[in-house]
Amino acid sequence: MNTVVLLTLTGLGLAALYFLVASGLSLVFGLADVLNFAHGLFLGVGAYATWWASGNLPGAGPDGFGFVLAVVFGVLAGSLVAVLVELVLIRPLYSRTIEQVLVTVGLSLAGVALLQATWGADPRPFPRPDWSRGVTSVLGAQVPNAGLLLIVAAAVVLGALLAFLRWTRYGLIIRAGVENREMVTALGIDVRKAFTLVFAIGGAAAALAGALGGVYFGTVSPGQGGSLLIFAFIVVVIGGMGSVVGSAYAAVAVGLLQQFVNYYGTSGLGDLCVVGLLAVVLLLRPQGLAGKVAHA
Amino acid sequence: MVEPVLSVADLSVRIAGLHILQGVSFEVAPTGVTVLLGRNGVGKTTTLRAIVGLTPRGGEVRGSVRMGARSLLARPTHRLVRDGLGYVPEDRCVFAALTVAENLRLAERRGVTPAYDKVFALFPELERRGRQRAGSLSGGQQQMLAIGRVLLNDNRLLLVDEPTKGLAPKVVTEVAEVLERVAESVPVLLVEQNLAVVRRLATDAVVLSAGKVAWTGDAQELLLETALTKSLLGVGSAEVHS
Repeated sequence: MNTVVLLTLTGLGLAALYFLVASGLSLVFGLADVLNFAHGLFLGVGAYATWWASGNLPGAGPDGFGFVLAVVFGVLAGSLVAVLVELVLIRPLYSRTIEQVLVTVGLSLAGVALLQATWGADPRPFPRPDWSRGVTSVLGAQVPNAGLLLIVAAAVVLGALLAFLRWTRYGLIIRAGVENREMVTALGIDVRKAFTLVFAIGGAAAALAGALGGVYFGTVSPGQGGSLLIFAFIVVVIGGMGSVVGSAYAAVAVGLLQQFVNYYGTSGLGDLCVVGLLAVVLLLRPQGLAGKVAHA
Repeated sequence: MVEPVLSVADLSVRIAGLHILQGVSFEVAPTGVTVLLGRNGVGKTTTLRAIVGLTPRGGEVRGSVRMGARSLLARPTHRLVRDGLGYVPEDRCVFAALTVAENLRLAERRGVTPAYDKVFALFPELERRGRQRAGSLSGGQQQMLAIGRVLLNDNRLLLVDEPTKGLAPKVVTEVAEVLERVAESVPVLLVEQNLAVVRRLATDAVVLSAGKVAWTGDAQELLLETALTKSLLGVGSAEVHS
């Protein structure tokens, strides 16, 4: 029983990480049709900026309010980089899918190389609050606090994103644009502003994943974003492009499946099962769990 | 002649190597309904989309389109629409996952009071069904929504693409009635295959054939010339007089 609770909560922690990366990826793809392979870079920027801030930014540190400040700095940095990437590199290439893939793949490689050249390839110990190293007893299981932090953060982000999409003018534009971008412009709306906005939001969420992932794993390394990105892409496809709720369901499914199978089966089998789940979803429901259906 | 609201001159559109429009020129009168006619595939929809700047990427547009003194080509779609070019696309394109009220709210613009009174007077049903998802509306109701959201703002010209396509005869009449009332206050460039609707609404006609303008003139005269209508549109006299 304890093991099941522990696996469920650590699986949800992993799911939270996937969701933070996948939600932005999904919105960007759903709205702007951009497959952003550089999304992992935003995560890396968030992680390193938080790490840097806690050592160098006045007032920031590994504990208490200083930690919050460091994370906020990391999130803002990730968001800023995402906006710059959209404005400078992606905007001239809308509806040119091949070029976009080349540019974003190139950018993610270059970004990882830049982080590596600046701070080295070895994982750096991540400054984190003492309480995040501890465990909390939940139904008899000793659950790492960093995992719980991730779950809470992802839940807050999910709630905030849904409220934003549901209640704001830009949320309305994004929901409409995911369905039919051309018709949004034909109502007199400059949809490109919404593109920049989803990049900013996606970059911020990914950077948060980077910062809290740093807390969870205890270290930062340049390649962290890339490996998470693969699973985030799988989550986006399973959940349905452009659906935040779909991403949340899919992230939970993937995180739990991975965690349970890796524990009860052999290590690595869980990752394989995730790919299997992807194949099954693609065969039975190609638009994803909550994806947009092509209308005739 | 009165100044036209829209002048299209030598408009050419190439999409994926196909020369769809080959030098189309016509004018839209500042009042009434100008109907764009022609057989399937002659480029009626392509003409409307080129005017409003929605030619797909990689497509090539040449020639000139002017609304008043302003040249429209090369200006982004959202600016054209804000300048008063209202566009009601083929197949209506309402946002199925959004509610009726949200579809309408999307068309609101900053600094402009949306004309909900006018729209709800024309389409009382849109007010009643505000919370319903647009995807669950009937085809006729979706068409009303597509027209209604454009009418929330003032327009200098409306482009309306096949508003009666796929609708039941009774609903076709309703849509035609609405367009008739709309056309009292704003000029309309209409693509329409249903000749009964054309007879009811159209003042001027432009007939396209194989990417070129084959005939322009008074719409009612065109419909009286059975032989001409038949050769231009490929319809039998029975359809014309039905």
